[in-house]
Amino acid sequence: MKFEIPATQNPIDQTTVIGQPRDRIDGPLKVSGTAPYAYERHDAAPNQAYGYVLGAAIAKGRILSIDLKEARAAPGVLAIVTASDAGKLGKGKRNTATLLGGPEIEHYHQAVALVVAETFEQARAAASLVRVDYAPSQGAFDLAAEKERAVKPPSEESTPTDTQVGDFTGAFAAAPVSLDQTYTTPDESHAMMEPHATLAAWEGDKLTVWTSNQMVDWAATDLAQTLGIPRANLRVVSPFIGGGFGGKLFLRADVLLAALGARAAERPVKVTLHRPLMMNNTTHRPATIQRIRIGATKDGTITAIGHESWSGDLPGGGPEVAVQQTRLLYAGANRMTAMRLAVLDLPEGNAMRAPGEAPGLMALEMAMDEMAEKLGMDPIAFRVLNDTQVDPEKPHRPFSMRRLNECFRIGAERFGWSRRSQRPAQARDGRWLVGIGVASAFRNNLVTKSAARVGLDRQGVVTVETDMTDIGTGSYTIIAQTAAEMLGVDLDKVIVRLGDSNFPVSSGSGGQWGANSSTAGVYAACVKLRETVAQTLGINSSEAVFTDGEVRAGNRSVPLARAAEAGPLVGEDAIEFGDLDETHQQSTFGAHFVEVGVDAATAETRIRRMLAVCAAGRILNPKTARSQVIGAMTMGAGAALMEELAVDTRRGFFVNHDLAGYEVPVHADIPHQEVIFLDETDPMSSPMKAKGVGELGICGVGAAVANAIYNATGVRVRNYPITLDKLLERMPDAA
Amino acid sequence: MRAFTYERANSPAAAAAAAAGNPEAKFIAGGTNLLDLMKLQIETPSHLIDVNGLKLDTIETTDDGGLRIGALVRNTALAADARVRRDYGVLSRALLAGASAQLRNRATTAGNLLQRTRCPYFYDTAQPCNKREPGSGCSALGGFSRQLGVIGVSEACIATHPSDMAVAMRALDGTVETVKADATTRTIPLAELHRAPGTTPHLETTLAQGELITAVRLPRPIGGRQIYRKVRDRASYAFALVSVAAVIQRDGSGRIALGGIAPRPWRSEAAEAELRRGAKAAAAALLEGARPTRENAFKLPLVERTLSAVLSEARA
Repeated sequence: MKFEIPATQNPIDQTTVIGQPRDRIDGPLKVSGTAPYAYERHDAAPNQAYGYVLGAAIAKGRILSIDLKEARAAPGVLAIVTASDAGKLGKGKRNTATLLGGPEIEHYHQAVALVVAETFEQARAAASLVRVDYAPSQGAFDLAAEKERAVKPPSEESTPTDTQVGDFTGAFAAAPVSLDQTYTTPDESHAMMEPHATLAAWEGDKLTVWTSNQMVDWAATDLAQTLGIPRANLRVVSPFIGGGFGGKLFLRADVLLAALGARAAERPVKVTLHRPLMMNNTTHRPATIQRIRIGATKDGTITAIGHESWSGDLPGGGPEVAVQQTRLLYAGANRMTAMRLAVLDLPEGNAMRAPGEAPGLMALEMAMDEMAEKLGMDPIAFRVLNDTQVDPEKPHRPFSMRRLNECFRIGAERFGWSRRSQRPAQARDGRWLVGIGVASAFRNNLVTKSAARVGLDRQGVVTVETDMTDIGTGSYTIIAQTAAEMLGVDLDKVIVRLGDSNFPVSSGSGGQWGANSSTAGVYAACVKLRETVAQTLGINSSEAVFTDGEVRAGNRSVPLARAAEAGPLVGEDAIEFGDLDETHQQSTFGAHFVEVGVDAATAETRIRRMLAVCAAGRILNPKTARSQVIGAMTMGAGAALMEELAVDTRRGFFVNHDLAGYEVPVHADIPHQEVIFLDETDPMSSPMKAKGVGELGICGVGAAVANAIYNATGVRVRNYPITLDKLLERMPDAA
Repeated sequence: MRAFTYERANSPAAAAAAAAGNPEAKFIAGGTNLLDLMKLQIETPSHLIDVNGLKLDTIETTDDGGLRIGALVRNTALAADARVRRDYGVLSRALLAGASAQLRNRATTAGNLLQRTRCPYFYDTAQPCNKREPGSGCSALGGFSRQLGVIGVSEACIATHPSDMAVAMRALDGTVETVKADATTRTIPLAELHRAPGTTPHLETTLAQGELITAVRLPRPIGGRQIYRKVRDRASYAFALVSVAAVIQRDGSGRIALGGIAPRPWRSEAAEAELRRGAKAAAAALLEGARPTRENAFKLPLVERTLSAVLSEARA
């Protein structure tokens, strides 16, 4: 199905199942511990052995030699894989560094060996006996030090590195009120609950991997390319994923090494990237240095807005696109954005939940707060004044729908914004200095081709198959709701099978494109199935109404199941998007409100309450969508207050590489969260009229926290995370 | 993890005897720290002596009106004990500020005292660390040291002792009872249990090989306002940047012990002598000779500010 013109009325608009706050259909499996996660697939292949990954002990250099003698002799050891005996390996096009290092070492904890043994404990013990002799070489590990050497990276059509409109320099110089500030965000880790994990089994030259991956088709393609085997010989299964946040978008070392280990041991092999390896072996959100300049007239109209960002990555990597939202979020006649990329020999930087916008808004929305103060304006009024209903760089492109101002209006009322003191450090509650802050949430709505197959059997049971993944987001449930709505049945008549490369290729989960795109693909397949059903029943498909388990047309009413009496029916199709996302800018919007308390003595910041008001098209399931947004708000709180991969700039690695050292918020950090969704449908996005929310929720939260801290204390910290040591010296007198 | 043999000890003296002849033996109780370290190849004992069955899990009132806390009393039980909550509030509060409920259910009194530092370089076997591998050097000095020690540290090691419980026990003048392989017992003031790192940071306590802690003894209650204030980056389940255990009397005199800043619970008589003059004077005495790194120098003003808040709370 081509989606080339805005959606009109369709069965989804009935919202009898879709749009309802239904419980997750996979919930019972998860809470009873019976959802089959990759590392627990004891059933999937007989005689499994365990692999343990050894990570490089240096950041950059060469392996001079590896002594495996002792390890090979250790109890239970079946095989050891290293680059020197793994055969010729390619590299997936989405990987920057190779997944099995040697002799060159590109980053710390790059995998250098896999030890396969009868038990996990034996493999781990033997791995400690592998002796690797390294010749380290000098690397670059400090973004601030490399900033001046950063270069303009190759521009991609979808995200140019630089943009310019009007005369930014002139307008900024002439602006009566202006701001020129630099902000930094640190390297961050996805730190999801479930580590990367894979079970691999060969049958002849055919390979099956049970893994934890957000993008089944990418994983299959890149694994085939890395192993040099035909894509057709490969099956990737990833039905349950214990969190990804972008860390599982790509093929990682667990998959490759499980496959190589299984080949070497001639048995199925299971590999996980144990927690201390994760931060340096896999990808992370890269640190940024961001300079923002804003010029405005005295009444607060922005006349010039500029945003530059510096980040680093391994050779061949890409920049963090932190200026992305600044191209679209506020009006202003004269504009510039630019991204520069330094070579760093730290582990590979890549996407993490809302890449670009998450760190970009942490800077931009703090700058907007600072600018509002310079103007003597309320921060919401300043943003509302500079709202734009068109792409400010290309004014011929209107937003498909943009209700940012309404988010602020509703949020301000609900949160009690009017009680905020415009002067900082005015409110006190016992030992706490109290402040509130606000920020815009903004994230583009990406649409991408997605296919599905929908079957109907003689019991009237509808089965959906697609390689779409559920990374804890609720995909199973919204896909079931879509099929139920389209075919006029309730959820108990729908079975959803996900995450298998034998199924039609979907959008996968990432960039908050999954919910809208994958359900639109299911919609397309359901339209096909409806036609087949109508034809089978001898009903004119344009008149057919699917409802209450029946197909109705005129006075005629037939049970849906009857269509499959002679044999199961199948509809398979894909949604393919035309140029509506080029003629119209499709984005999602929100307003974040945060109240913090800052301890007057110790400068510890604790969040007291949070509110997000989101405008993101049709909300397919308010319950799972709310979970997405509060989870993202929690992650944003972590980014604001504690999350930082600490770089050892001498040794070139992230030092705090476990969950004791890399702190993420715990329950006690997040006392009260509220989410409001505006009631809207966006016909430009898809037949579902939905957009993404999973990343919108993190966008801007960090700045809202930072602005609340400023409002509480009068101390502006521009280097995230805002830990107490950065506040301490400038705290107001603790009387 | 290295393969190990395992036995269950029948008596404290038998446990001590079993360990005394084997420098590669370790006692295991709750295992909340040791097992992690074994999995990471940081501790590599060849033999484990399980002391969980030794019946050292009771809290008794002593003849002098104090408490004798069995070495195997779990942190949860100790924090919830009515006598502890009534008479040694600072200890209950310190315990509850530490770890998580699940860990406290397992972790024991003696194990808590003997837990090892959480310095991230100690935890990474690819990095030099004098505590883990004597003579290899200290990666933390000049590295990521924000969490680490500012006083009582040495050129060889700036690790901190991570316990909250021990800080409160230090303020309460706790003593440790032990038994040795020859069945002799002795009492060690908590102040003398942990060694200064000096040039040998791998030697952390004054216990002899095989010497087993059987109990912690607290003198009779001293009253006062008992406060435990733990400063950290997140609200729960995090180690202290700075913590203060305080017992402050009506006249403003009292005791203070600090956590998060030193290789052992940090207490100084000189500081306590200054208490009535206020936090600034007390902190100055307490931090006399401090040698912070660039990354953890903030702990010095933080100590003073936290102490000030604690003293205000005690007065309120």
